[in-house]
Amino acid sequence: MEDIVNALALFANYVAVPATAYGAQLALGALGVTLIFGILRFANFAHGEMMSFGTMATILVTWGLQDAGIGLGPFPTALLALPVGILAAITMALVVDRTVFRFYRRQRSNPIVFAIVSVGVMFLLAGLVRIIIGPDDQSFADGARFVINAREFKELTGLEEGIAIKQTQIITVVVAGAVVAALFWFLQKTRSGKAMRAYSDDEDLALLSGISPERVVAICWIIAAALAAIAGTLYGLDKTYKPFIFLQILLPIFAATILGGIGQPVGAILGAFIVAFSEVMVTYAFRKFLAYLGPQDWAPDGLVQLLSTDYKFAVSFIILVVVLLIRPTGIIRGKVIV
Amino acid sequence: MTAEAEAILRVDDLTVDYGLIRAVNGVSFEVAQGAIVSLVGSNGAGKTTTMKALSGLVPRAGGAVRFAGAPLDGVTPDGRVARGLAHVPEGRRVFPRMTVRENLLLGAYLRGRDPGVVEDLDRVCEMFPILAARRQQLAGTLSGGEQQMLAIARALMSRPKLLLMDEPSMGLAPQMVDLILEKIVEIRASGATVLLVEQNAVEAIRLSDVVYVLRLGAVIHRSAGRDMDESLLKALYLGHDI
Ligand SMILES: Nc1ncnc2c1ncn2[C@@H]1O[C@H](COP(=O)(O)OP(=O)(O)OP(=O)(O)O)[C@@H](O)[C@H]1O
Ligand SMILES: [Mg+2]
Repeated sequence: MEDIVNALALFANYVAVPATAYGAQLALGALGVTLIFGILRFANFAHGEMMSFGTMATILVTWGLQDAGIGLGPFPTALLALPVGILAAITMALVVDRTVFRFYRRQRSNPIVFAIVSVGVMFLLAGLVRIIIGPDDQSFADGARFVINAREFKELTGLEEGIAIKQTQIITVVVAGAVVAALFWFLQKTRSGKAMRAYSDDEDLALLSGISPERVVAICWIIAAALAAIAGTLYGLDKTYKPFIFLQILLPIFAATILGGIGQPVGAILGAFIVAFSEVMVTYAFRKFLAYLGPQDWAPDGLVQLLSTDYKFAVSFIILVVVLLIRPTGIIRGKVIV
Repeated sequence: MTAEAEAILRVDDLTVDYGLIRAVNGVSFEVAQGAIVSLVGSNGAGKTTTMKALSGLVPRAGGAVRFAGAPLDGVTPDGRVARGLAHVPEGRRVFPRMTVRENLLLGAYLRGRDPGVVEDLDRVCEMFPILAARRQQLAGTLSGGEQQMLAIARALMSRPKLLLMDEPSMGLAPQMVDLILEKIVEIRASGATVLLVEQNAVEAIRLSDVVYVLRLGAVIHRSAGRDMDESLLKALYLGHDI
C-alpha cells in the first residue's frame, strides 16, 4: 500500500506537477495563436518571439525595480514588472499590425502570404530582442523558491518520496487560471467579446451586423500580446529566460492549437495540457516508479524512458503529424489550415 | 408607388469583378423610398454579387452607388449599416453558436446601449413569435425556416431604412414562403424600403412595385411587378427580347 502511495508521490513530483505548470504556460501561448487564427485567419509564427519580447520587457523592469530596492517580499519582483511587459508587448503588436499586417489585409492577401510575413516579423522581433538584452540566458526569479520542498514533504508525510512544489509553479497555475477565467468572461459576456466570436464564426455576417473589423483585429492583438507576455514571463520564471527557446516553443504551442481545434479557445487549453503531459511522460524514466509497483526487490533493467529529454520537442512534432493525418479539425472541431 | 417618389438607392453602371471574372457588368437601377423592388434572373446572373457590392462585402470595380442622398464610395460595411442599409444574405445565415437573443442583439451592435434596442427586441419577437419562444436556444439548433426568420429579424434590429433580402424563401416549404412574403409586406408597411432577390416565387414578384430582370450581369428588363406573369418571366430567363 505504501509502495503505491510512494509511486504516486514520485509520479506527482516528476510528472504531474511540472507538466501542469508547463501545460498552463503552453495554454496561454496557444490561446493567443488560436485567437489570432480565429480573427485574422493565419498561423502567426511571430507569436513565440512576441512572448520573448514581452518577457524581455518584464525582465528589464524587474532589474530596475530590484536596483531601486522595490520588491514583493516572498513573491518574485517580476510580478510587479509584468504589467509593463504586457504593455510593451501590446504596443509592439499594434505597431506591427499597423505597419505590416494591415497592408496585407487591404490587399486581401491569402493566409499563406500572412503566415510567411509573420515569419519575417518573427526574425525581426528575435533580432530586436537580442540587440536589447543580448543572446544570453537570464535568470530573474527572486523571492522564495519552494512552497514545500521534498525534505519537508517527506518529514510531513513519512513517505520515502517527496513532492517539491516550486513557488513559480503555483504562481503559474494561479495566474494562468485567473487569466483564462477573465478571457472566457470577456468572450462570453461582453459586447466586444461577442463581436469577436461573431467575427471568428462568420466574418461576412459580422460585417453586415455593423461590427468593425479593424476594431476586432485590434482587440485580438491586444489580448494575444497580453497572453504572450504573461506566458513568456511565467515560463521564464519557472525555468530561465532563454532567447533561443522561443523559436522551439512554437512547436508545442502549434501542436496544442491544432490538437485542440484551431480557433477554439477551450480546445487550445485542452491541447496544451495533453501536449505538456505527453512531453513530460515520454521523457520521464519510469524505472523507479515501476519498481515501487512491482514485486519486492524487483526493478526493471533499463530506465524505461521512451525518449531522451533532448528529443522532447519530437513529441509535439509527432502529435502534430498524427492529428493532421487522423483528425485535422482537432478535438473540438476547428478550422482546417488550407 | 408613384414614379416621382425620391429614390433611396440609385445604382449607376455598377461593375464587379472576381479576379478576371466580371460578375456584374454595368447594372443600373433605382429603388424608390418605401417601395418593394425585386431583382430576378437565372443562376449566375449576378444578383447576389450586386447585393454584396451594395452592402460593401465585395469591392466595386466601377460605377456609382448613391444611398439616402450620399455616395457610398469608400464607406465600410459597418459604415453602411450605420447609414441604414441592412443585408439579409443568401442562405439563412445566423451565428450558430450563439443564442437567438445574442444573434438579435448583434444585429443592433452599432446602437450600443440605446434603450430603443429593447423595444425593438420586443417588436421583432412580436413579428416572429417563434423567436420569442426560442430566445435562449442556440441559433444553430433552429429549423431552416426559423433560422431564416432570425436572419431577417437580426437585420431589422439595426432599424434599417433599406433592407436587402437575398432569396429569403429559398428552400422553404410553401407555407413558410407565404409567411415570409407576408412579413416583407409588413416590413414595408413599417416604413422600410425593401430590395428583394427572388427567382422562384412568382408571388414575390407580383407583390413588388418594380421588377428588374438581370441576365449575365446586366439589367435586361424593367417592369411593374403586377405586369409580370410566369410566361413573361420564363421568356426573359431564357433570354428572349420582349
Ligand atoms: N466568390 C466568387 N469568386 C468567383 N466568382 C464568383 C464568386 N461569387 C460569384 N461568382 C461568379 O459571379 C457570377 C454571379 O454570381 P452571383 O452569385 O452573383 O449570381 P446569382 O445571380 O446570385 O445566382 P443564384 O441565383 O444562383 O444565386 C457567377 O458566374 C459566379 O460564378
Ligand atoms: Mg444568389
